[in-house]
Amino acid sequence: MAHKLSIFRGLVTFKSNIQKIWGVLVFLSIVTAIEVALGIIKPSVLLVPVLGMKGLNWIFIILTLVKAYYIAWDFMHLRDERRSFTSSIVLPLLILIPYLMFILLVEADYIYDVMLDGFVSWNF
Amino acid sequence: MRATTDIVENETVWSGGNKPLNASYGKMMMWFFIVSDALTFSGFLVAYGFSRFKNIDSWPIADEVFYHFPFLHGIDAPMYYVALMTFILIFSSVTMVLAVDAGHKMEKTKVAIYMLLTIIGGAIFVGSQAWEWKNFIHGEYGAVETRGGQILQFVNNDSGERVTLESFASTLPTDRSQHTGDEGLWFVSESALPTYSVAEVQEGFLANPDLLIKTEMIDAVTGHKIVLDRESSELKILQAMYVVEGANLVRNEYGNRLFADFFFFITGFHGFHVFSGVVINCIIFFNVLMGTYERRGHYEMVEKVGLYWHFVDLVWVFVFTFFYLV
Repeated sequence: MAHKLSIFRGLVTFKSNIQKIWGVLVFLSIVTAIEVALGIIKPSVLLVPVLGMKGLNWIFIILTLVKAYYIAWDFMHLRDERRSFTSSIVLPLLILIPYLMFILLVEADYIYDVMLDGFVSWNF
Repeated sequence: MRATTDIVENETVWSGGNKPLNASYGKMMMWFFIVSDALTFSGFLVAYGFSRFKNIDSWPIADEVFYHFPFLHGIDAPMYYVALMTFILIFSSVTMVLAVDAGHKMEKTKVAIYMLLTIIGGAIFVGSQAWEWKNFIHGEYGAVETRGGQILQFVNNDSGERVTLESFASTLPTDRSQHTGDEGLWFVSESALPTYSVAEVQEGFLANPDLLIKTEMIDAVTGHKIVLDRESSELKILQAMYVVEGANLVRNEYGNRLFADFFFFITGFHGFHVFSGVVINCIIFFNVLMGTYERRGHYEMVEKVGLYWHFVDLVWVFVFTFFYLV
């Protein structure tokens, strides 16, 4: 099976598939190390809210998606599959999960407001 | 002429064995199983997000719950252990890809070695998760719960550190013992009683002027849990209804009840996936040793279980983010 050996849009090209695997491992480890370091240090600059959530949390979520991309594309070798096959796997997830997230998180935020402003005390 | 070609094509299309998207039947089905499983996990994680957004000002802070590290007892080490677990799982993913790669080259010994390493990595991960569960269930400090289901924890006024129940609870003479079916109503059961009664904790708390109560609520400015002053603490302790030690599915000493439920359910479901992955990997490993795939002429089976194994890793990446980081 032919492997595509470039990652980062062709910025880094490996000589063999095995080298690519180790390269992706190094990349994933660096991303995880950054996440852990940020999680321990929690720089106060990043704790300001951005779009309703702490900036640091956005960074964590974006880094997670980056990791997910490289696990799926290189470890699960979606990169080497037909484009139609890749799309039939990824598109349902990309459409359904944000949809569900949108509905439930907006609803949860609304319930939070109701519980906060309502005339019932929850803290007793 | 044209018609003849069509018939020939149709025969190849319908006689089986073709690969429409250049992926074999088994591999494609593994992928679509993974898609459905990914939707299941996202359902769980979004439900977790729902509960968290609903209780956004009182959700437990992960660093205050998961701070154990093996052999470093009593040292506050948040994140390190799960980070280690993440590395172990990513590494076992790498050995799996290497096994798949060796399979493409038909190198039986290499496939076997890499499969074995993957199994070992998976087993270490499941073991780590069990240890994590043990700490979570056992708890360390203990807390009390109010009538409204709020958890009250105890901190030292000077250091701000949490204190254990046993360090201050007094001992009152009591003859209250656990109700068992053979000594009372046979159809009524009662779970094990906490080490201390509410009255013992209350008396010990009032006798110790150094102690303060840490509530569930998060200070919006500092991001820390709100600690009451001594006067309000003395009033608050009187609202205690239960003594909570560790965690079960009903209540836990870390905060919101749903927190432990989601922790058990999501990490448990993930752990179950890892466990099944290890079992499946073992089966494939022995098949490799017996030369099944060598005789079959290809190692695609290794590739299929590899997909499953990477998926488990993928899910952990998200669980790690949403339970421990965010």
